[in-house]
Amino acid sequence: MTEDIDQGFHKSEKGAFKTTSPFHRFRLFISNLFPPAIFGSLIIGVWYLVSYGILDESRRFLLQPPHRVLTNGFLDWGGRDGMGEMLQSLWSSTKVAGIGLFFAILVGFLLAVIMSQAVAVEKALFPYLVTLQAIPILAVVPLIMFWWGSGQTSRVVVCILISLFPIIVNTLFGLQSAEKDMHALFTLHNANRFTRLRKLMLPAALPAIFAGLRISAGLSVIGAIVGDFFFGKGEVGLGQLIKRFSSELQGEELLTAVILSSVLGVAVFLLFTWIQNKAIGRWSDRADLIS
Amino acid sequence: MPDISSLSLSFDKVTMTFPDGTEALLDVSFSVGPNEFVSVVGPSGCGKSTLLNIASGLLEPTSGSVEIADTSMGYIFQDPTLLPWRTVLRNVELLCELHQIPKEERRKRAKEAINLVGLKGFEKHFPKALSGGMKMRTSLARTLTLHPRVFLFDEPFGSLDEITREKLNDETQLLFQKEGFSSLFITHSISEAVFLSTKVYVMSDRPGRIVAEFDIPFDYPRAPQQRFNPNFAEICGEISNTLRGVDRD
Repeated sequence: MTEDIDQGFHKSEKGAFKTTSPFHRFRLFISNLFPPAIFGSLIIGVWYLVSYGILDESRRFLLQPPHRVLTNGFLDWGGRDGMGEMLQSLWSSTKVAGIGLFFAILVGFLLAVIMSQAVAVEKALFPYLVTLQAIPILAVVPLIMFWWGSGQTSRVVVCILISLFPIIVNTLFGLQSAEKDMHALFTLHNANRFTRLRKLMLPAALPAIFAGLRISAGLSVIGAIVGDFFFGKGEVGLGQLIKRFSSELQGEELLTAVILSSVLGVAVFLLFTWIQNKAIGRWSDRADLIS
Repeated sequence: MPDISSLSLSFDKVTMTFPDGTEALLDVSFSVGPNEFVSVVGPSGCGKSTLLNIASGLLEPTSGSVEIADTSMGYIFQDPTLLPWRTVLRNVELLCELHQIPKEERRKRAKEAINLVGLKGFEKHFPKALSGGMKMRTSLARTLTLHPRVFLFDEPFGSLDEITREKLNDETQLLFQKEGFSSLFITHSISEAVFLSTKVYVMSDRPGRIVAEFDIPFDYPRAPQQRFNPNFAEICGEISNTLRGVDRD
């Protein structure tokens, strides 16, 4: 008996040792950092090549070289089109994405829980959710403008529409993921519907819920910028800036705004990955956890 | 026919035909008395697990009836069925939680059960850090917290390696002696069945019927080397012959 336990113990100790040794971690860090760093340099090289090699001076505004994007975009803080205004727009878009994501989570989660409790509801709703997901957002933009005008509300609506589906689908899939025998265990001990939901289905759903959240968080940023692109009233977000820079042929600023948008997307994704690891990293053995 | 009230579990002419027409069990009658350890061996897919599902009430038989003397029944599944988000201690506490046993009492019972299966020191481990054998021990401990009078085992050690399996057999047999429950144990390992049981039933291929009954005369506790005793081997041989006669494959 003790041998069996000892084996298990050594196994887990070894496993822990492998990932916590500072030397090993350093090597892992370098080997993870090296390939993307090389590829990044390659991209910048090609970028310069296009700016100076392919485009002549009169057409260089189409792709300004990296250092001009840096000086005229990121390092230029003054006045209109400066970094100050861009950061303000970034903040405005972040708010829209956050509010949109919040409502998408609220609605999506509740719908998924209801669908998991009643097969009839699931069957009734699912085709319409798929349809909703399939409608190109551009097709509903005029409708949204018609109903909610072109202010913040409409931007948030676009966000919700874009990020709702992955939350519903993943949460529902997660709630249905508990094994048959685990359900049998709860049945044998007369667990009621609520206990089963709270102690079995919801915790079992957490890994899938987080997978959905990470997808939706990224989508909500896209929603905020697309929404902002179409609805110009009130605060100026990144979408409005991108539209303006593009029509005024401000290449450096345009690229800066695009990079800021993707930074926001990545930041939101990393935030949810971090929350996920805090919440379920200790027990989940899913391979896609990024530490 | 013995008096039903003195039995822990009895099947009376149980027949099970699934809606898709599969005949799982045909006219199965046998009983498990108090402090009896009964094993059922049979070829794969002969309806052994269906037997347990009916005994536990998860399934209703097509005809026939099952009498169970005590409502407290422990079911050990083929898989350990641990909740991966709970530590060993919290997993072992689960059934007491479902039965609304107060926190202090259930923690006490969980700790006792964990000691009993030899997992002391592993209370805070999550299932992903446990070996297959330790997961099964946790599953056993979880069931022990309710002190059931009847244990239903559904091939619990089938997926373990031989060495771990024999160790867990040794311990299950000690637990049986110590706790004095009745058992219905499903397996397709003949030596496991003979080592653990007071009685072994042989089931035929589908539809499952009881075709033979063997009394195992050895006293408890049974030493591990019992397995190499000539009498032990002889009984195993007889059961194996009977099984060969009923297995169409």
